[in-house]
Amino acid sequence: MERLRKIGDVVLKMEGISLAFGGVKALADVSFEVRAHEILAIIGPNGAGKSSMLNVINGFYRPQQGSITFHGRTRKQMEPHEAATQGIARTFQNIALFKGMSTLDNIMTGRNTMMKRNLLWQALYYGPALKEEIEHRAACERIIDFLEIEAIRRAPVGKLPYGLQKRVELGRALAAEPTLLLLDEPMAGMNLEEKQDMCRFILDVNDEFGTTIVLIEHDMGVVMDISDRVVVLDYGRKIAEGTPDAVRANQTVIDAYLGVAH
Amino acid sequence: MDVLFFLEVLIGGLLSGTMYSLVALGFVLIFKASGVFNFAQGTMVLFAALTFVRLVEMGWNFWLSIAVTFAAMIALAFAVERLVLRPLVNQPLIILFMATIGLTFFLEGFTQTIWDSNVHRLDLGIKDTPWDIRGMLVSQFDVFAAVAAGTMVATLAVFFNKTRIGRALRAVADDHQAAQSVGISLQHIWVIVWAAAGLVALVAGLLWGARLGVQFSITIVALKALPVLILGGFTSVPGAIIGGLIIGASEKLAEVYIGPFVGGAIENWFPYMLAMVFLLFRPQGLFGEKIIERV
Repeated sequence: MERLRKIGDVVLKMEGISLAFGGVKALADVSFEVRAHEILAIIGPNGAGKSSMLNVINGFYRPQQGSITFHGRTRKQMEPHEAATQGIARTFQNIALFKGMSTLDNIMTGRNTMMKRNLLWQALYYGPALKEEIEHRAACERIIDFLEIEAIRRAPVGKLPYGLQKRVELGRALAAEPTLLLLDEPMAGMNLEEKQDMCRFILDVNDEFGTTIVLIEHDMGVVMDISDRVVVLDYGRKIAEGTPDAVRANQTVIDAYLGVAH
Repeated sequence: MDVLFFLEVLIGGLLSGTMYSLVALGFVLIFKASGVFNFAQGTMVLFAALTFVRLVEMGWNFWLSIAVTFAAMIALAFAVERLVLRPLVNQPLIILFMATIGLTFFLEGFTQTIWDSNVHRLDLGIKDTPWDIRGMLVSQFDVFAAVAAGTMVATLAVFFNKTRIGRALRAVADDHQAAQSVGISLQHIWVIVWAAAGLVALVAGLLWGARLGVQFSITIVALKALPVLILGGFTSVPGAIIGGLIIGASEKLAEVYIGPFVGGAIENWFPYMLAMVFLLFRPQGLFGEKIIERV
């Protein structure tokens, strides 16, 4: 498949990441790189540490060892707030939307870090604060168009079907205009048609905005179709990395998924 | 039925209802941002009123005392965030609720230790002589209190429904992790909300203090906010004001028109009964967010 964006330099470098919860080792000395504009898939059996890795990248978890280099700055761990302001947005495995709020308000929260007017102006709801509100609203409308969710703009998201909620969650992440987008099982629980739509959106985001994407996915068909590179985790260790074809042919990966006779 | 007398009772009730709204508003703010019923709201009212009245008694200027008391409420907001809320991030709501009960006991003791536990007179300089409007008597003080409460509610309603911080606040109430992932700082939002609730407590403390005298029993006023919240919905700022108006008007009308048939003094329990009936038919309140559950 031809893609518009050329894959560029390393934007995110995870080095020797180890994370343990008490005696349970979730991640053990995992290193990999993410390059600009690429789509990187993290795969692995259940409990391999995939979600933990995303949580380390956006600062929910603090690894005991290792370093994270993002846009040239190396640190021991991320802070969620810092990650968001540095251009990292994410979605969650179990949808984490603001259920009582409308689709539009949910997407507007995604622009939180870009809105600068202070408390006082906002309290007055006048002048610069109102102008800013309108500008950001326009940006959100473009995202709503892009994701084809015009019809549910005002609906409280708690009422929406699962597939649409996933799409709204993607919209909220996109609203932050991220340079790095983390998607935790964006297609879990979807039917074939919904999966195809979601694949198309992910590829379009990558093409149109040049967003670098790291995604976790269980559907191997999807992974092989849309990702440029694949990192395979098993029991918290990285067991393989490479192009989808190379990974598919890797004996260690096949053993991890199918089990191996001892 | 004497229409004029009816109107007089109704207006008196509505005006005193705004005082309930004011206390309820403090609960709504914190409930919206953290999903927690802040048990300490009544004590915050006492803390604000007592701090203010003692400063004035020490000979401080009226406005300076208000500013210093507000500063104390902001300091309290920072302290609560740092010492109570931050260690409890992502804990179940019931734990946060228990923490506010603990905060209540601490604040009660703290307030009465640094100040005292006597009854203090608080004079806001507003005469409580009634106006005579075509034969109806309307309390001047009640009108003043209603205007103060109304202004406050209008400002907060716009702030929390239309602005970035308002959205951030609702987002934090819904899902801590998701809020953090879009770059909302929980600490920041909590301090803002507790400071806003502190401001509301200050205004409520001044008005109730002027009416009842500043004393420990002011904390009981918070109980009257409960039926207001059940009627208006725990999550709605306009709901707090409408709920307050309904409770205020209905308790006065009930006292005057139903009271004599059942031996009187029903003003004190009527609001709770009204709230109970409401719970049967509309548990989310008049303006509360609908409870959405997909199965």
